[in-house]
This record gives sequence, structure tokens and C-alpha cells, in this order.
Amino acid sequence: MSHHKEEIRIGVYICHCGHNIAGTVDVTGIAEYASRLPNVVISKDYKYMCSDPGQVLIGQDIAEHKLNRIVVSSCSPLLHEKTFRDALVKGGLNPFFLQMVNIRENVSWVHTDTDDANLKARDLVRAAVHRVAYQKELTKKKVPVNPDVLIVGGGIAGISAALTMADAGKKVFLVEKEPTIGGHMALFDKTFPTLDCAACILTPKMSSVKKHPNITLWSYSEVSEVSGFVGNYKVKVTRKPRYVIEELCVGCYACVDECIFKEGKFPDEFNLGMSKRKPVYLPFPQATPLVAVIDDKTCIHFKTGKCQQSCAKACDRNAIDFNQQPEVKEIEVGTVILTTGFKAFDARRLPYYGYGKFPNVFTSLEVERMVNASGPTEGHVVLKDGSKPKSVGIVHCVGSRDEKTNKWCSRVCCMYSLKLAHLIKEHTGAEVYNFYIDMRTPGKGYEEFYDKLLREDVHFIRGRVAEVSDWATTSDEEGKLIMRVEDTMVGMVRRIPVDMVVLSVGLEPRDDAQDIRKLFNISCSTEGFFLEKHPKLAPVDTFTDGVFIAGAAQGPRDIPDSVAQAGAAAAQALALIDSGHVELEPNTAYITDTLCSGCKSCLNICPYKAIAFDDEKRKSVINEALCKGCGTCVASCPSGAIRQNLFEDEEIFSEIRGLFVESI
Amino acid sequence: MSDNQINKQAIPANWKPRIAAFFCNWCTYTASDLAGVSRLKYPATIRVIRIMCSGRLDPQFVTDAFAEGADAVLIGGCHPGDCHYANGNYKCLRRVHLLKKVLKQMGLEEERLRLEWISASEGKRLAEVVSEMSEAILKLGPCKVKQVVEHYEK
Repeated sequence: MSHHKEEIRIGVYICHCGHNIAGTVDVTGIAEYASRLPNVVISKDYKYMCSDPGQVLIGQDIAEHKLNRIVVSSCSPLLHEKTFRDALVKGGLNPFFLQMVNIRENVSWVHTDTDDANLKARDLVRAAVHRVAYQKELTKKKVPVNPDVLIVGGGIAGISAALTMADAGKKVFLVEKEPTIGGHMALFDKTFPTLDCAACILTPKMSSVKKHPNITLWSYSEVSEVSGFVGNYKVKVTRKPRYVIEELCVGCYACVDECIFKEGKFPDEFNLGMSKRKPVYLPFPQATPLVAVIDDKTCIHFKTGKCQQSCAKACDRNAIDFNQQPEVKEIEVGTVILTTGFKAFDARRLPYYGYGKFPNVFTSLEVERMVNASGPTEGHVVLKDGSKPKSVGIVHCVGSRDEKTNKWCSRVCCMYSLKLAHLIKEHTGAEVYNFYIDMRTPGKGYEEFYDKLLREDVHFIRGRVAEVSDWATTSDEEGKLIMRVEDTMVGMVRRIPVDMVVLSVGLEPRDDAQDIRKLFNISCSTEGFFLEKHPKLAPVDTFTDGVFIAGAAQGPRDIPDSVAQAGAAAAQALALIDSGHVELEPNTAYITDTLCSGCKSCLNICPYKAIAFDDEKRKSVINEALCKGCGTCVASCPSGAIRQNLFEDEEIFSEIRGLFVESI
Repeated sequence: MSDNQINKQAIPANWKPRIAAFFCNWCTYTASDLAGVSRLKYPATIRVIRIMCSGRLDPQFVTDAFAEGADAVLIGGCHPGDCHYANGNYKCLRRVHLLKKVLKQMGLEEERLRLEWISASEGKRLAEVVSEMSEAILKLGPCKVKQVVEHYEK
């Protein structure tokens, strides 16, 4: 290994993290051990290294003991590397003279045998002490941040984030997969706990989006390609053909009225299939943009080519264009906010609740549409035969808190079940039964709403419903749906006959969440929702800089929380944009000319085409701007000519050596 | 007497394996953090070295780890198709295939080198892999490469 020109003077700091580390690891013992390692000038343990006094301690020691390398042994570098790098800078050292040792997530939190944990901690600290000696001074490259932002998903979270960003003067591209923005919230009639009308609070926001000079709204569109990096993303958006020219259409319904189909014939997506629409349609009267769509899978013109095209004739603005093709828009943005929302649990997955088998078993979303005045039943809660139900059973936790389906609590179902109980009672006067496991009503005014329901003559039965059947055993049960449940309050199994069953379905990750995750290079947590960088400290950040998340795409949440999170994501994006530039991690690869043999084996290895060949010099050349710092070329260079900043060979080799060398 | 028996006799009392682990920053290292945050428990056998991508894994890291005294080497990367850098994990896979052949010729048991795809969400999987591997290496006993290297260096 090479000689150091300067004298290496290392300071080692072992963090207690309160009891988090000190409870398992002998922090004073490790600090004492580290003090005897080569080049270590000073070694200390401290209660909270990340706290202000902890950081000041490092700075003081740098000055007092002329330290030029620092090892901080605490939590994961993914959490606090930046904190301690900043502490080095404050102390007058280059930030890259820091090496962190993860003795919390990788040691104290995962091991119970204290002897083994201490041995491991000692090994890791020793490895870091060996490594840090080889670390070198680096500078972060600054790149400008494009102030434009892409928001994917036009539900309430996306709408809120878009308006905040646009009001702050940023140019926003809002991409929505469906023909209209509004998301799930547009389906609802009233929102809990205030029972204010969803449309009254949502639709003005939707039209603000449409009218805002800073927002470009692309509905019926999907992101198809993403490249680049924080501050400088290049994105391709594919606009699906709606066969109606958006700029010309005014949403007058003339085409819909004149369609060759006199009545709706195809399941209306917006009403969850409970009503029918024509091949040319508008999702709902307040759709934004208010532009018709022609569904090419059902339109006679596209199926047979033999339609008289009465819709086109009816349009006095000549807005219908059967020759429309998918259009790819290329944009450049600096930041991205993903607000792609959730999918409601498919109740067919639990056959014992009879959804899809018994016509009067509904999902909560279907009932939401029914109670909505603009829904398929014009606000009437009715059975399939059109009559009013006299008794309704609401099953909580369908596809939530269930080992067989989803383990998580979907957070919104208790509250919306209470809301539906109230609305159903109001609309029909029926007996309403709520079958719950636990009532979960945390939130401002939520518990009070539950309290109100308790006094509204709604029945509450604690127990998970075992089965919904039509198997009557008494004359009372004849013609009814029988809900079999263990009432855990009274400790007996009950059979409750009802006319209508409502399944309060939980929230799941969307089917395309994985595709979106891959497009934007972010991660999902175990259940498939987007993974935040840190659950508490960075709840709207992702591990990909410049990509933020908000709303139910990150986990089940209600409207107030989604809006709050959207605001947080917008603020994070704005902070990045207004700082004007980002500093890139200096982990790029570089080539030592004298060692390069010109074998070209690195050229095809690089996924970013960052390596070119200089024919004159017969050497490879790395374009630093394109290099993302994976280090794959470094490992593949047969001459050892390619090296990687921050992950130099000798740094890693000394770390390996340090792990196993029995120095003391 | 089979080799196995010789090895068994050679396992010192209270010996515990030490496994050098090369984890990519984006998936497996994050999974190790998740295992921590979730307070999952696994044996204190692995010593993690963080690299940005499993594609950065120089085969020499592995041979060097054995030469320095590792009893086994675990490499963790993103699942196929999920690599943060498009396809570094495939490059790693190629190298590991070759490495396995080389190590076998050197007389090393196959179990001593393991490549696993562990995503950022698979903290549980990480704990399982480490537990499994620790158990397997515990049965094999200490790796003798270091002794051999030292013998030749003398």
C-alpha cells in the first residue's frame, strides 16, 4: 500500500445513542480499544454524537489535536453521514475525511449476544480506522437545478402539490393516467368528520389546476421514460389518443348525445361499473379537463370502420379526430413529486363475504357512489331491485389487519364506515350494524364523530365477520343476507340478517406501483407502498434525490394527511429549486491514463455510456457529467486503471484488512 | 476418515464464523438498516462493507477477504431488473459465477461464497440469509485460506 505523505491523526467517536447503542454495546470499552489502534490520536464516547454538543466536540478536537481523519461510530451513514460531514466542515476539515461505522442498525439493534456484538463493533471500528487513513480530499460538484417540476398523479395530493408549486411561481407538469384529475376523492359524496361535500372542496381546486398559468395538465397520459439525475431529469410522457382535440372541445356533450348508441352500453369506470356509458363519454360533469374521450375498444368506428360518425358530425367545433396517435412529450424538470395514490382492495379475494356472488353485497366505494347525488342512483341507497334496504351491515377491515390478505391497518376505513353508517341511516332510515375489530379514530374531531354515531342508534358489534350467506335457518332470515359473527363483547356467535352488506375495503398499493418505482428508481416497502427515505426525518423524500412522494402512494392515509404531505413534498421540492443548485456526491470514476491499456473492455460495461474511447491517445475517457458512480467499470478494468472516488481500491482493501487483522 | 470429520475435529470450542459482507448501497445495505429499525435478530457474524453497487465488487475483494481471514463472503445486491444503476447486479452475477469456479479449484467449499438479491424492503430476508449462512459456515468450521497464505508467506 502507498505511503501517506502527511501524518495521519484520527479521532474516533463512539455514540451511545442514549440506550440504543449503549444498551448492547460496551461503548466505553470500544472507545478505549479504538484509542490503541494505529494512527488514532483521540478516542471518545458520547451520549448523542449527532446532537449539537456532539458535533462541537468533533470540531474542538480537530483544532486541539490537529486531527485530519474522523471515524464516527453511531447509526447508519444513510441517516447521519451528512450531519457528520458538516461537522467536519465546521471544524475546518474536508468532509470526505469521515468514515462512519454503523453500530446501531447493524449491531445493537439486531444482536442480543453482547459478547458477539462487542466483537463485531470492535471489528467494524478497526476496519474504519484502517480505511479512513486512505480517504482523500474531494470536492462536491455543483449542478444547477431546473426549476420545473413533474407531478405524477392528479388526485387530491397531486392537485395540492401542483397548486402550491405553481403558486410559488414554478412551472408544473401534472400527469394523470385517467381522462380526468380528481382521483378517489372525486368519487366521494361527503368527507369525514365534518361531512362537508367532497365535490364542493375538490372541484374548485380541480378547475384552479386547469386555469393556472403555471400548470400544464396532461390527463390520459403516462410517464414512459425517465433519465438524468437530481435537478436535471429528462422525462418522456406518452399522451394516449382520446380522439378528441383537447384545445377545441368544450365538453358540451353534443357528441355523447349524438353517438350511434342511444343508451350507455359499457361499464362506466367512474361509477365503478354501476352505470353504463357510451363509447364517447365524459367521466363526470365536473371532469377536468372537461374534454370528451372516445374509447377505441368499444367505439364502432374503431371496431368495424363502418360507423356513420354521428359524433363527429354533431361537433360544431370539429374537435373529433379519429386519426389521433399517441404523442410523446419530452420535458426537462429538476424535481419530481409522485402522488399516484392507492388501489382499493378487491373484495372478491375474500369469497366468504359473497362479493360478486350476492348482488346486495357492495364495496364501500360503490356505496360512496350511491350516496352521491351525481352517482348512478342519484343519491339513493338502494338494493339491486331498486328498493330501500331496511337493514345494512358494514364490515370493517376487509383486506386490512388480516394475515390472509394485508396485515396493515388502512387507517381510513373506521372513519369512512362511520360516515357511511351516518349517511345510509340518513338516506334510508335503515338499521345499520357496524362490525369492527377495534375502532380506530385518531384525528382532529374523529373520536367526537364516533361519539356522535354512538348516539345515532347505529349498532356496533365487536367482531370480525366470519361469513355472509343466504342460508336461512329461521323465517326471519328468509330472503336476507345472514352475517355470522362472533360478538366478542358478549362472547357468543350471532347471526344477523340484513338486506345489504357493505364491505369496507382497505387501501393497497396500485398495480402499477412497481412500474413507477422502477421508472423513478425508488424503492417500495415490504407491502408495496413507496418507501420514504426516513419514516420520521424524511417522510416525503426518497432515496433518489429530487424525487418526492406524497399521499396514499406512500401508505394508507386520509384526505387531510394527504394534503399535508403534499404540502411537505412541495416545500421540499421548492427548497431544492430555490437553493439554485445541488451538490453531487463525488463518487464518480476516473481513469489513470498511464495505466489504461486501451483494451476497451470498460466501454460496454457502463450503462450510462459515460465512457468513450479517445482514438488518438488510444485510451478510454470518462465523461464525469454522465457517470453516476456505480463503480462497475472500476471492478472490470483488467489493468486497474479505473478508480472510483470515495470507493478507491485501497480504501476498500484496507477496510477488509482492518476487519480481520488481529491488531491488539 | 472423511474431510468432513477432519474439519469437525478442527472446529475450536466457542468459535464463531466471521463473514465479510459486500452490500450495495441502495438495496441490501438499506435492507440491513431496515432489519435494524425493525429490531429483527440475526447472528453477529457479518461485517458489512458498503459499496454503491454490487457491480463495484472486484473479485479481488472476495479473494482478499478470504486471505485476510474471512470464513465466508456474502454479496448482496438489488433484484434482477431492479438495479439502481440499470444492470450492475448482472455484472456482479457474472463475476460471482467465475469466482465460484476459482474458489472451488482452490479447495474452498461452495457455501463460503453466497450472492443474494435482497431489496430495500427485505429486512426479514436479510436476517434469514445471515442466519442460514452462519449456521452453514458454523458446520464447515474456520476457513483455512489465511493459514495457507501465511504458510507460503513464511
